[in-house]
Amino acid sequence: MTGLVSVLIDGVIYSSYLFIIAVGLTLIYGVMKILNMAHGSLYALGAYVTATLVGYWFAGGFNPYFSFLLLPLAAVAVGLVAGPVIERGLLRFMYGKDEIVLVLVTYAVLLILEDVIKLVWGVESYSAFQPYGLLGNFDVAGLPYTVYDAMLVVVAILVGVALTYVLTQTRQGKLLLAVIHDREVSAAMGINVGRVYLVTFTAGTMLAALGGALIAPKVSVVPAMGVEVIVLAFAVVVIGGLGSLPGAALGACIVGLVRSAAVHFLPEVELFSIYFVMALVLIFRPKGLFSAPEARKI
Amino acid sequence: MGTILSAKGLNKNFGAVMAAADINVDVEEHSIVGLIGGNGAGKTTFINMVTGYLKPASGTIHYAGRDITPLIPREITQLGICRSFQIPQLFGTLTVRENLLVALGIVVLEAKKFASAATLRTENVDAIADETLARFRLTEYRDKLAGYLPEGVRKLLDIAMAMVVKPQVLLLDEPTSGVSADEKFVLMDMVMDALRADRVTILFVEHDMEIVSRYTHRVLAFYEGRIIADGEPDAVLHDDEVIKYVIGNIHASATARGSSHAPA
Amino acid sequence: MNRSDRTLVGLGVALPVFLVAGWFLPNWLQSLLVLALGKGLVVVGLVLLMRTGLVSFGQGLYYCLGAYAAVSVGRIFKLPDSILMSDAIVMPLFGGLVAGVVALVLGFLLANYRAIFFAMLSLAFSMILYGLLVKMSVLGSSDGFNLAYKTVVGITVPAQAQLYTLYAVSVVMVFIVAFALHRYLRSHFGRLAEAVRDNELRVEYMGTSVRYVVHVNYVIAAVLAGLGGGLVGLSIGHVDPDLAYWTTSGEFVFVAVLGGTGNVAAPILASLVFEWIKSAAYQYAPYTWQMVLGICLLLVIMFLPAGLWSVFKRGAGRA
Repeated sequence: MTGLVSVLIDGVIYSSYLFIIAVGLTLIYGVMKILNMAHGSLYALGAYVTATLVGYWFAGGFNPYFSFLLLPLAAVAVGLVAGPVIERGLLRFMYGKDEIVLVLVTYAVLLILEDVIKLVWGVESYSAFQPYGLLGNFDVAGLPYTVYDAMLVVVAILVGVALTYVLTQTRQGKLLLAVIHDREVSAAMGINVGRVYLVTFTAGTMLAALGGALIAPKVSVVPAMGVEVIVLAFAVVVIGGLGSLPGAALGACIVGLVRSAAVHFLPEVELFSIYFVMALVLIFRPKGLFSAPEARKI
Repeated sequence: MGTILSAKGLNKNFGAVMAAADINVDVEEHSIVGLIGGNGAGKTTFINMVTGYLKPASGTIHYAGRDITPLIPREITQLGICRSFQIPQLFGTLTVRENLLVALGIVVLEAKKFASAATLRTENVDAIADETLARFRLTEYRDKLAGYLPEGVRKLLDIAMAMVVKPQVLLLDEPTSGVSADEKFVLMDMVMDALRADRVTILFVEHDMEIVSRYTHRVLAFYEGRIIADGEPDAVLHDDEVIKYVIGNIHASATARGSSHAPA
Repeated sequence: MNRSDRTLVGLGVALPVFLVAGWFLPNWLQSLLVLALGKGLVVVGLVLLMRTGLVSFGQGLYYCLGAYAAVSVGRIFKLPDSILMSDAIVMPLFGGLVAGVVALVLGFLLANYRAIFFAMLSLAFSMILYGLLVKMSVLGSSDGFNLAYKTVVGITVPAQAQLYTLYAVSVVMVFIVAFALHRYLRSHFGRLAEAVRDNELRVEYMGTSVRYVVHVNYVIAAVLAGLGGGLVGLSIGHVDPDLAYWTTSGEFVFVAVLGGTGNVAAPILASLVFEWIKSAAYQYAPYTWQMVLGICLLLVIMFLPAGLWSVFKRGAGRA
């Protein structure tokens, strides 16, 4: 029984930060039809910036509880800088091209960012562990969990709710949904598609960086983290359906729980199980679990 | 001469759109049939069902006595039914000649399966490609990329590729649409001449009533998924319902005066 | 003499040149060339797939299988030391065979997918292998294992000649593949690859199966990747699960884009250029070589959509 509870809770925690990362990826694909391979590197950037800021903060002896503000700050900073730079400086010139070519473009961005990270921060690992234990622990069924992890779950839920609200209730959000539905018609209706793209990509970048920022206190921040997380994010997004927000949530839950179960019961199949599930979903529901119907071609 | 193609009770709808409502047609071998009707009347849907691209919700299609309703386009082509497309379906990054070589290559590869194609020997393929180019007056375009051709040439190539298989039944979807007015008759003459020798059964969708009245033995008029008129061109083109739903009054009177004079 | 014959003559002339010149090259260069040729084979297969309209982000699966296959079979089934585990020709060929069999099976599934889904599914399968190997202690887990060869078609090779022998074997294999693929692409069936890429609907309507074309080309690409993996494994003397990691597959895609899909020699040449630059970059700029690659990739995409090969072929039109 404790085993199952443990699997469930660990799964939910893992799913939470997967969701935050994946939702940005799926949003970018849904609006811009770009499968952003550099998403993992932006996640890593978020983690590195957070680690640096947290390091300075605690070295400076500031109030430790305010260190939590550094996390979203890092995410916004990375998003506001990297997002527009990449979108306006590069992607904008590639929009007419084939989907696969755009994947290659983002792959090139990944390669560049990986080295930028190494150049700025080196290859040693960083840690920003201080905020992690700060809020204390609590028990569930005799198992200890940190309040930080609970907060992570809450943040994920808030992100999901906030995004859903913005997309369906606000004017800007509805413009985004229109562009997701049909770019050409949207442009013909007078929607500034270019600006929508910029906003989307920046938001997606911020979300990726937020995922990295939130994970930084839990793990060792190393150069390989971006490259590792991107395949997980792909699995989540593909399982849920490219471009679907509820899909990202469902996909994150599935991947999170599958991984958690594997880690607890059969650690040898941890990596294998995630990609196996992704392959399974692609076999039976090639467009993912939540996907839109398609129109006739001839 | 018997019935080569027979559709019975075909029904197909896309949501609320009735694309086929109890279609019953028997096509005689060697005949030339025109399919007319407004946009969305069900002509292309009919072709899509006959060639296996769409499955009817109910009804059957028989070809030379055999039920082909469950078959897919590849199998139906192998049996001897070919089609050309409203929007020409070509291999855009290959040259015109290479397009034909691909088509001929497929016939060679699948020679055992093609019911009606003359079996091509591999050595002949280049010669046949050049001969086909000449027959359709495409020789000057032989090394041009198919993706960059003028529309009329693309249509010709599309039809030429469909004919490479030497089909018994050929379905042409708007063969002259997008072709300039003075070239329409030239194109149709070329196609009909090429097909006449093999006595191919032809069904073609057409919006130009002059072409319809000049080249067909029989006309089927579609409206909202139904065939509202079926008979000789003159009769159908003057049918009240056809005038109301397909042709329109002004054109009808023009056709009444002009259908008997030879085009320029 | 038309373009096709020119390529064949070029290959025929280059083969003895490569073989003879290799004898005089320094060891490090011979090693590098074997590495580049082996990886080049993987890219040749990938280019064939790209000509069929598919970009695989998972050729690492077959590359890794090819490198691991011979010795792994020996270890898993506890076979005695045999030609299977120590022959410079048998090992890569066996690798190619194993890769081909796996591709035959996976192809039934993968041939149903296109574009991004094909790319992601192929990536998933390569990561599945990675995940499996990392946990298989009999195969060394994430450390992998070392391998070496002693014979060529059963004839024992003296230690000093081993490097050149492997080099010669690689050169001959690559040239045979280049020649065969060149002929294949000009055959009726080989021509269907580009037709499928351009217009699948038309190919089906012309009376032949698109799935079959995709499946066959997928298997060929896998066999080539397995062959290449086998050669590279022997060249490096060591294999580990990283061969199946998605970034390895990404590298192959990079080289494929660099060389372009115009000609069978292009992937080989691009691979040679790439490996040479990579080894130099590792030495002088270990933290910036990926960045340089990324920038090069962008430049190629923006200005040379047909890859580097188009530079050589400028003026000759489509290859």
